[in-house]
Amino acid sequence: MSEVRTITMEVLRYRPERDSDPVLQSYRVPCPQEWVVLDALDYIKNNIDSSLSYRWSCHMAVCGSCGMMVNGEPMLACKTFLREMGDTVRVEPLLNFPIERDLVVVIDDFLEKLKSLKPYIIRKTEKPVEEGTYLQTKAQLKRFKQYTLCINCLLCYAACPQYALNTDFIGPSALALAHRYNLDSRDEGYAMRQEMVASHEGVWECSFVGACSEVCPKHVDPASAVQQMKITSTKDYFLRLLGGKR
Amino acid sequence: MSRKPYIRPVPKTSWYRKHDRYKRYIIREVTCIFIGIYTAILSFGLLNLSEGQESFDLFMATLRTPGALVFHLFALAFAFYHSATWFNVTPQAMPLMKGDDFVSGSLIIRVHYAAWAAVSLVILFSVIVVGA
Amino acid sequence: MAQSHKPIIWGPFAAGGTLAALIMPVLIFVTGVAVPLGILPPESLSYNRAVTFAGTWLGKLILFVFVSLPAWHAAHRTRITVHDLGVRADRLVAGVVYSLAATLTITAVVALLRI
Repeated sequence: MSEVRTITMEVLRYRPERDSDPVLQSYRVPCPQEWVVLDALDYIKNNIDSSLSYRWSCHMAVCGSCGMMVNGEPMLACKTFLREMGDTVRVEPLLNFPIERDLVVVIDDFLEKLKSLKPYIIRKTEKPVEEGTYLQTKAQLKRFKQYTLCINCLLCYAACPQYALNTDFIGPSALALAHRYNLDSRDEGYAMRQEMVASHEGVWECSFVGACSEVCPKHVDPASAVQQMKITSTKDYFLRLLGGKR
Repeated sequence: MSRKPYIRPVPKTSWYRKHDRYKRYIIREVTCIFIGIYTAILSFGLLNLSEGQESFDLFMATLRTPGALVFHLFALAFAFYHSATWFNVTPQAMPLMKGDDFVSGSLIIRVHYAAWAAVSLVILFSVIVVGA
Repeated sequence: MAQSHKPIIWGPFAAGGTLAALIMPVLIFVTGVAVPLGILPPESLSYNRAVTFAGTWLGKLILFVFVSLPAWHAAHRTRITVHDLGVRADRLVAGVVYSLAATLTITAVVALLRI
């Protein structure tokens, strides 16, 4: 039998039909050694308060649904072990997003931005199927691979002070995904994405705080993508001034 | 059911006090104040230099006052912090591929630190030796 | 979406930041600490040496770059920091800091051309 410890979970509740502001609610939860924050939330929902709302799906850091603030830090609830925390754990919805209900946030803004960056392979002309697949070398794959690991969990948006101060900013992970396709040897959509990337709301709102990369649970390093795009956008800009083309 | 999303207020003037990583960021950004003032001193020194020996000697005497020394010691500390934070992120800003893999970030940082040391030594050497 | 003209500002900012990272600690140490405290002999920065150095075109170019790029870097970062600290008058702040950087640069150019 593993050791069971009773902790206090302070959960920020917001029920739009009755609350004008979010309020903290405390629950006593007996938790075994191996529990993560998500297990404790499941315990609350199944045994204490079925009205608690939160998003989750895979319970293994793949789906990106259960991002929330745990003791003030953006975390995946399924990847955050309670044994590493004190006797009181505070759980709040992801910062910088409107709260829909309890721990569920509204992410429409992000989805719109992601869509506008065309995060898919764009070809000027598609190769006929009978000519086979697009081949890539190991190096060509390696170039963008880390950016494919993004699970859209939005922890980076919750950590980004520039997004907090100005939600018009396209933000870390959407830009990192644009970079992922720009770097792909099969892709020809750079110029189309650049319209968003090099706009005011694009990379130029970033001041390289680096918080996005520090909190990323998949080590995607969006800050790196954004700085690289600043450099390429700057080169582009001056080349265009000189009348050249990229 | 009608929706009523709740938007939490952002403390526009105190957000950076909420987390150490934001404080470190603000310290990094504030290094520019010292670098800016120092470039002003440098350009003022050039102005004095262009006005002849008397002005220039007066300028150099001003640098020996306690106030100037205290400022320069602070500026030195912040300049070091700027250099370290600037070079430490070079692998993120300029990742480099060699063959099928990325060059290790720590190597990129070490090369920048080496360049920093080399440039510093060249400047120091030319001040001490060249023309002495 | 309109293309931003930020590269005009950001290019010199990044160049200035890199240059400042390379040269600022040693410059501040030499002119602000070592010579005033006598760690280095005062002749290291005597009038004659300084004038001789600033009298050559290479010397002028080096001094011009050492002032202008870090000044621009500092100006731009100040603008961002002021915004980060909650002042929302970005156009005004930008006008002030970039003008200051330009003034420093022009001062240096005028001084160097007179030497």
